[in-house]
Amino acid sequence: MPITYTSGEQIEVYRFNIPVTVGVPLLALFLQAFLPRRLPFFSVFDLPLLVTIFFAMARRNPISGLLTGAAIGLVQDMLGPYPIGIYGIAKTVVGYLASSLGVKLDVENAGSRFLVVLFFYVVHEIVYFTVARGLVGLTLQWSWPRELGSALANALLAVALFALLDRFKQRT
Amino acid sequence: MESVLGRYRNLIILVGVLFLQVLGLAVQVKRSADAENTRLIRIWAVDLVTPFERGLVWAQNGSSDLWHNYFFLRGVRAENRQLKKQIEEMRLQEVRMSEDAAQAQRLQSLLAFREQFIVKPLPAQVIGSSGSDLSRSIYIDKGSNDGVAQDMAVITSGGIVGKVLRVYPSTSLVLMINDQSSGVGAMLEKSRLQGVARGTPNGELILERVMSDEQVAAGETVLSSGGDQIFPKGLPVGVVSKVSPGKEMFLSIKVKPAADLSRLEEVLVVTEKQERQPVAENGDRVRAADILAQRLPSVPEKPAAVAGAAPAGTAASGAAAQNSGGKPQPNVAAKPLTGTGTGTANATGTTVDVLKKVVHKPAAGDGTNAGPGSGGGSGAALSPVSAGSDATPNSAPGSVAKSAPKSANPAAKSATAPPKPSSPQPTPQPPATEDNPH
Repeated sequence: MPITYTSGEQIEVYRFNIPVTVGVPLLALFLQAFLPRRLPFFSVFDLPLLVTIFFAMARRNPISGLLTGAAIGLVQDMLGPYPIGIYGIAKTVVGYLASSLGVKLDVENAGSRFLVVLFFYVVHEIVYFTVARGLVGLTLQWSWPRELGSALANALLAVALFALLDRFKQRT
Repeated sequence: MESVLGRYRNLIILVGVLFLQVLGLAVQVKRSADAENTRLIRIWAVDLVTPFERGLVWAQNGSSDLWHNYFFLRGVRAENRQLKKQIEEMRLQEVRMSEDAAQAQRLQSLLAFREQFIVKPLPAQVIGSSGSDLSRSIYIDKGSNDGVAQDMAVITSGGIVGKVLRVYPSTSLVLMINDQSSGVGAMLEKSRLQGVARGTPNGELILERVMSDEQVAAGETVLSSGGDQIFPKGLPVGVVSKVSPGKEMFLSIKVKPAADLSRLEEVLVVTEKQERQPVAENGDRVRAADILAQRLPSVPEKPAAVAGAAPAGTAASGAAAQNSGGKPQPNVAAKPLTGTGTGTANATGTTVDVLKKVVHKPAAGDGTNAGPGSGGGSGAALSPVSAGSDATPNSAPGSVAKSAPKSANPAAKSATAPPKPSSPQPTPQPPATEDNPH
């Protein structure tokens, strides 16, 4: 019973206070930039993506989800060497889809979160690759084993991370 | 109409946000073809994150230094002994190599080669990365305030790291050589084949544009060729790890980067490099024999009769050994001596002679051509790789002569110099009067 179809009335919609709304994405961006230099394996994780999915699913508002994704993605782009907007577009799409899914499905338990993150990680990478290759002209090579491995790692981390972030949820 | 907008409001906003970002991307891609300046928005983002990174790196280094410098000193004494021993060995090695380097510089100056020299390296600390698995870039704690500019080379003692891609006031973004969008002019050390070292999406480094009919072996060193106008020539790029047939007519050569790109902590930014002709070093070089002599206990002076009892065939070299105090001489004759030499030494004075004889060096260990007594004194004097042990049969003590560098050559000494007693103690050498023919 990891994913259950739920009516809109049954779904809890959460909100977050401003320090959490601003601080958590910034912390995720900071850790993503800082930790891979110290722990090289950490580069397989995409903390900003996980935070985007978490906020989108908790708020269950597509506009809020896509704007959160766009903001986080754009800042992530600004820290990288490539043109600004590649991560922005990918995370906008994921934020929109995750919040749309959150409206229809109950994604509160660990199993459903695992599957949702697994799915959205792959979606994120597909959009990223499409934009990077099609619009920017980067020569990226798609590798299913690598992408699935990363998706699995991110899904596992998401289960623990979402449980931690649940503490900051506030009922509307 | 309103109901339609209301119904598809979310979708319309999504399309609008995506459209704006695509538009922004298109503008950037168009502009990146021209010279791209660092955008203000990037500066804000970097300024938002890097202060925390700096603080964390500072705290981490501080605690690490405190622990390692004051508390965790186990094994330091043994390590110190080992390092001292290593320094001794490296000093000897350095002397040998400096002889070769000096010779190369002399040749280059003769041929008017121009070379790029690193004049001013700026140490910097790695404080962060781009945070993406799909790009390989790092942030360093030096920026335009410290003199860093775009396209400057970033290196470590191991090898090259990358180039400065964007410069901020107090930080810089460095694109590493294993990023898929980077490229470095490279060449193979032995075969001198040139190619382009590029990163792959997986973060590996490959050498491109080497024809498939060329022989490239795993383990060969790859150096920067200097062709990209960013990295000075001759810096280590990496080591060939795998060679396989590639696309079309080129080889696929995997290269293991010389610098450990995944664990960088400190780097050097080449803020200033100079293109000039290499200048051959003047005298005053430390010789391997001198270093060895300093380490050995002094040996009492031998009677002249003992020193003079050299085999007839090597009398001249014996005399030379006496002249030099029993020590083999370095390759001083590659710098033609004037004034103090005999006719044979003076005969080597022309540039063409010097070049010819240095390039066509005799086989190592050919002690018979050493010394003016062999009739080819000048030729031997120009031999840069005459084995010191063979060329100095009368050099005393034997241990000194055997440990001498290849370039040591007793005949290099002027035959007319006054004889001195044989002794292992270092003797000051008269400086060559004309080190560099140019």
